[in-house]
This record gives sequence, structure tokens and C-alpha cells, in this order.
Amino acid sequence: MTVKTFPRGIFLPHYKEFSEHEAITSISLPKEIIIPLQQHIGAPCQALVKVGDRVTAGQKIGQSEAFVCAPIHASLDGTVIAVEPRPNFNGKNVESVVIAVDPDQIEPTWPERDTDKLSTAEIRSAIKEAGIVGMGGATFPTHVKLSPPKPIDTIIINACECEPFLTCDHRMMLEMTEALVEGARLIARVVDAPHIVFGVEINKPDALEAIKSNLGRDEHITIVPLAVKYPQGSEKQLIKASIDREVPPGKLPLEVGVVVQNVATAIAVYEACRYQKPSYERVLTVSGDAIVRPSNLKVKIGTPIGFIIKECGGIKGAPTGVESDEEWFSVPLPKADPAGKIILGGPMTGWSQSRLDIPVTKGTSGILVFSPQMITETDYKDCVRCGKCVEHCPMFLYPNFIGLYTEQGRYDLAAEWGAIDCFECGICVYVCPSNRPIVHFVRETKEQIAAAARAAQNK
Amino acid sequence: MNRKLVVSSSPHVRSIESTQSIMVDVLIALFPVALVSVFLFGYRALLLMAITVFTAMVTEAIWLRRRNIFGDGSAAVTGLLLAMVLPPTLPWWMALIGAVAAIIVGKQVYGGLGHNIFNPALVGRAILFVSWGSSMGGNIWPGPKLFQFGANLAAVTGATPLANQEEALAVTFSQLITGNVAGCLGETSALAIILGAFWLFSKKHIDWRIPVGYLGTVFVMGTFFGGGFYHGHLSTGLFHLLAGGVLLGALFMATDLVTSPVTTTGRLIFGIGCGVITMLVRLFGTFPEGVTFAILIMNALTPVIDNFTVPRAFGEVRRGA
Repeated sequence: MTVKTFPRGIFLPHYKEFSEHEAITSISLPKEIIIPLQQHIGAPCQALVKVGDRVTAGQKIGQSEAFVCAPIHASLDGTVIAVEPRPNFNGKNVESVVIAVDPDQIEPTWPERDTDKLSTAEIRSAIKEAGIVGMGGATFPTHVKLSPPKPIDTIIINACECEPFLTCDHRMMLEMTEALVEGARLIARVVDAPHIVFGVEINKPDALEAIKSNLGRDEHITIVPLAVKYPQGSEKQLIKASIDREVPPGKLPLEVGVVVQNVATAIAVYEACRYQKPSYERVLTVSGDAIVRPSNLKVKIGTPIGFIIKECGGIKGAPTGVESDEEWFSVPLPKADPAGKIILGGPMTGWSQSRLDIPVTKGTSGILVFSPQMITETDYKDCVRCGKCVEHCPMFLYPNFIGLYTEQGRYDLAAEWGAIDCFECGICVYVCPSNRPIVHFVRETKEQIAAAARAAQNK
Repeated sequence: MNRKLVVSSSPHVRSIESTQSIMVDVLIALFPVALVSVFLFGYRALLLMAITVFTAMVTEAIWLRRRNIFGDGSAAVTGLLLAMVLPPTLPWWMALIGAVAAIIVGKQVYGGLGHNIFNPALVGRAILFVSWGSSMGGNIWPGPKLFQFGANLAAVTGATPLANQEEALAVTFSQLITGNVAGCLGETSALAIILGAFWLFSKKHIDWRIPVGYLGTVFVMGTFFGGGFYHGHLSTGLFHLLAGGVLLGALFMATDLVTSPVTTTGRLIFGIGCGVITMLVRLFGTFPEGVTFAILIMNALTPVIDNFTVPRAFGEVRRGA
């Protein structure tokens, strides 16, 4: 077995052992769900419901006329109790539909369709109607990605799951293999791509076998075993590793005739085409050193993270018994100060949270609960020019100079050294002996460059 | 609602490596070199090392108004590296001045660790060299007295093997490997230096490109242009590698993180540049040895090298490529 990979990058500790053998399970009903009307890159949706309306699971509750947009669906039966801005995982307030969940749910049933008989237009519209977005975390609307202006010859299914801790894609590959392979075939049909490539990191040999045994004799599908190196699951690095093509800076994979889709997205595509099932639930990993029961869960979009943590046994070291000020979605935190860290997504690119009422959205691949011992120092020192960030940067950039120039407010020079091409994988910060928050500097520069561009446009 | 959850920018995991852990690794790497220098030069070696290390740490702590004398460990490294390039007979007060100069003139005036342009230890040595040239060596050097801790070194003077052909012919391969030859504290024993460097390589603190570029150039230039200099048991190229301060310079001085390029190509160019200048001084200059100034000159060129060796960005196709 030849194992392929991309240049540079880094070998990280996996931390997958917490949850990799946990089968996907469900949790009990939350009392309320908060469904943000923007869970994708693009235009926000307009609410189709108002306070007091009855909604059922799968009902469309938000949409927009814009092309780059994905409709939003209710994930449980209930009554709308508010349509208002609520805090989102990225720290911003997002217009959200808050639903009081009915204690008795009617499991929705979906008519089966023969996917072989669907035309490409029908597949595309099924994907659009289902509100599917890139579920690896990028949340780009899938129907837009599958309407490329250039011919596509290869579909790559991103089955790397290179972020430490996360195991939800792994479990889906094992437990929903058929849906995954069928989803990949549907995606390839939409863009008329002759080749399908599964890029799987070799720390998931069981998943590799499962996919292989589901392929039958399909000669258009190949499985590429990939090294367990971070960020193997980044689009550009995955394309380079699996079919040796380089996407030019600032361009999309379609430039080299490739569309990359994540495992969860492919499965969602299959379910949308086969059952017309909207994207209102997803599988995510709950892990970290401080969670009592690490799990892989299928949860409804809109479920508050505090409730999910509670369903997983709560946080280690936290006082037992319900506190008086505790709300239904909340979970007691350890008495220590700081109490820990809660991260949505993976540890390298995820977002740390300050509240427990943040809802799960379509792009949430994991909830990580870290004990205070796992918390890294936030103080940083001067750059010692060791060059480790340059050595490991998968985009061949100069993270050190980007950081130094951002500190000096020279955003133009920071951009010149590649800040715009950075996709914020976090390796530079991981390796930095001076603990410099280079990814943060990159974000600052990107924000400043964008602001300058807007200002120039308004003149 | 909540007690304090930490909120910070991603990533949320870090490697355990810190500036301090790197500096401690360098100190560990210098241990065999320091130990051998005590075997060779007795109490003088121990005295000079203690003075430079202690002075460097105290000077930095005072300058930074810092209570913790060890700090990030970089001052201890500077002090120990300085001792390694001092002759064993140097008066103790000169060593003290050298250490103060290394920390202040070599590092802190630029803004501290990370901002200095030149290798601080070599700045200290260069200042001593131009101030008290006769005490800093030249052609006549105090020879080692093996395993005699209290030996009076001044009684046994030798000459650096680089002084002239006669001296070069007088040394043997085993002398250069073990270090039983006249020279600075830490530069004589090739074996100890290589042993220490292995530690740094295994920890990935130094890139092979600088030492390979440096030593390769010295070997090649020594072989082709050092012609007739040495006809003993060694080839001339090998002699130039092992004699003098090239090994210590290439593995411990030129590889200093702060003052060498960050690009991979740049590091190779940097190493080759050090090698070329060292050999030019040795073959054509008035001084027998040129390692210090070779590295200092290349330190000054580091920003230029970095600017001209920018790697192509991922996916970028260079014009003409």
C-alpha cells in the first residue's frame, strides 16, 4: 500500500482514542432549539415563520432568493417562540428561530426514490432544497459548489478527518458506508465527473476496508490511502496528495478540474436525493479530556451545546447535583478558575466558546471539552526566528513575517508575505516556541485588507 | 450564568516546545564540549565558563529588571558559547567584560532575544579580539595539559595548527579528534562537538543545511585551494575541517536560530557563505582563523538572503519555471 501525502505540514498527536470506538447514538429531546437563519457562507435566509407558528421537523423555516444561500429547516416539531438575534458560535449575534420543542415527536417519514432515475437537474435541486452545505466546517452551499463554471473530471471525497479528537466522519464511514458511496456517485453525476477518489488517512484502516468492500467493481472509483499528517484534509493539500495537482493561490479547486466534498456532505446528498430529507441533523463528536462520556452523536441542528455536554455525562471535576442558577441547557462547570475550555470544531481550527446556549449548526463537527490542564498559555514573546513555522507551513508562506508586520500595523507587508493565502490551519502557532498567535495576526490582517478594499470601493 | 471559560483564537493545542526548552537543549548539547575542555585545560576552563555564564545571566537579568536569573536560558547559552571560543589563559576579568559586552552590545541594544542581528557570543569574542588581541591568541597558543586539573597552562605554549605548515604537520588526526591540541576551550575536540550536535539534530533544533553548506565548502576549498598546506596523514580538506574553530562554528554558532535565515535555500547559501569567507581568511588573510568574522559577516547578510530566497507559494508557478 503506497501512502501519499503533501509537502510540509506536521504530525500531530491524534487524541482519537477517546471516541473512535463509540458507535453513533442519539440524545434525548432538548426543551428548546435555536436555529440560526445563516448557517452557511453567503446571503442570510429570511424567516418564513413568525412567533406562535407551529412547525414540524423538516419544514422549511428560512430561505432567500440569493443563489449563494442554503435554506434552513426546522429540526423538531414545536412552536416558534421567538425570531430574534441569538449568539452564534463565532461570537456574532445571528437572527435565529427559537422553537419550543413538543414533548411528543412524530418521527418524519420520507418517500423513497430511485436515485438512478434522477436527472442532474433534479439532483441539484434536491441538494438545494435540502439546504446542504459543506459539513466539514466550511459551510459553503453544496449546490453552488456543484454548479462549476468549468469542466470537472474528478470528485474527491475528503475522508481524512485530520483534526485531532474528531471521529464523527470515521464513524459515518463505518456505519453509513453505502450512503457515502452512493452520495459520492450522485455528486459525480451532477458535475459529470468520470473519476471519484476517496482520500482516507491510514489511521482508519477499518473505514478503508469498509469503503473498499462497498465499491463492487466500479472502476471509476479509487481509494487513496493518505499519511496521517495535518492538514491532510485541507482541500488544496488533499488534491495535491491524492492526484498531484496544485490549486493556484486565490483559486478554487475547480480551477484544476476537481470538486472536494466531505464525508458527511456526501451522505447528506444521498439522503436528500433518496428520501428528499433536508439537512436538519448531523453527526458530531463530543470529546476532550474533561468530558465524562466521549461520544459520536446524531443531533438536531439548533440543540444548545450545554445540553449535549450534559447528555454526555457532563464535565469531569464539576460539582454534581443541580445548581440553583442552572438553566435547562446548562451544565455545571468545575469550580476551578479558569473552569476549562469548550471548543466547537477541532482543536486546530475550532472556536472556543464563552456560553453554553450556543446552538449546533450544519458545520459543527465536534464539541470538545478541555480541562484547565489542556489550556495553553496565551502570553507570547518575541519571534526568535527559529523558522519552524516556515518549515511546516503547508502553503509555503512566511508566518513569522506576517506576524511581525501585523504587530507593526503594516498590513500591506503582511499581505505581501502571504496572509491572504493562509487558510488558518494553525500549525505555525502550534510549533511556535514563543507561543505567537500568528493565526490571530493573519485574521487581523485579512480583516484590515478587506476593510481597506471596502473603503476604496465606497470612494 | 457561567464561570470563566477560556476564550482564545485557534489553535487550541500547542507543542510543548518553548524558547526555554530549546535553550536547555543547547546547554545539554554543549555539555560534552564543556566537559572535554575541563579535561584538556583544567581549572582554567571551569573558571572561564563559570565567569561567562554567570556574568551573562546576571547582566541580562539586571538589564531586563528580571528576578529570574535563568529566564529563557538564552543568556546562559550565550555565556557558555562565549567561553567555548576563549583561549584558556585569558585573564578572568577579560572574560567578564566579554560576557557583559556579548549580552549588552550583542543582544539587548537591539531589543533582546529575537531582535539581535549578530550572534551575541561572537560579538563578545570579536570585542575582546580587537581590544586585547595578544591575549586572545594569534599564532601562539597555550597547549592543553591532559587530565591535570591544576596545571599552569602558560608553561606549555603551542601554536595553532593553522599557524603555518610546520605546525600543521606536527598534529595528528587523533589529536584533532580528541582535542589534545592548542586552541580555544571548546573548539579543539571534534568528537565532543559532533556528539553535542547529534543531540541538536535529534531534537530538530538545527537544520542540516547550514552545517552541511559550511563544512562542505570548507572541505572542498581546503582540498582544492589549500594545496601544499598539509601533507600528513590527512587530506588538506579534512585538516581544514577539524583544525581551528570550524566545527564549533558550523554546528553551534552559525546555526543560531535568531541570526540565520529562515528559508531552507537561504540556510544553504548562508552556510556556503560562511565557508567561503572562513577559507578566504585562512588561506589569504593575516589571521590564521576566520570563523568569527565569517559568521558575523553572514549574520549581517541574513535579512538580504531571506528576502531573495522566498519560496514559491503553494500552487504558484514562477515565471520561467
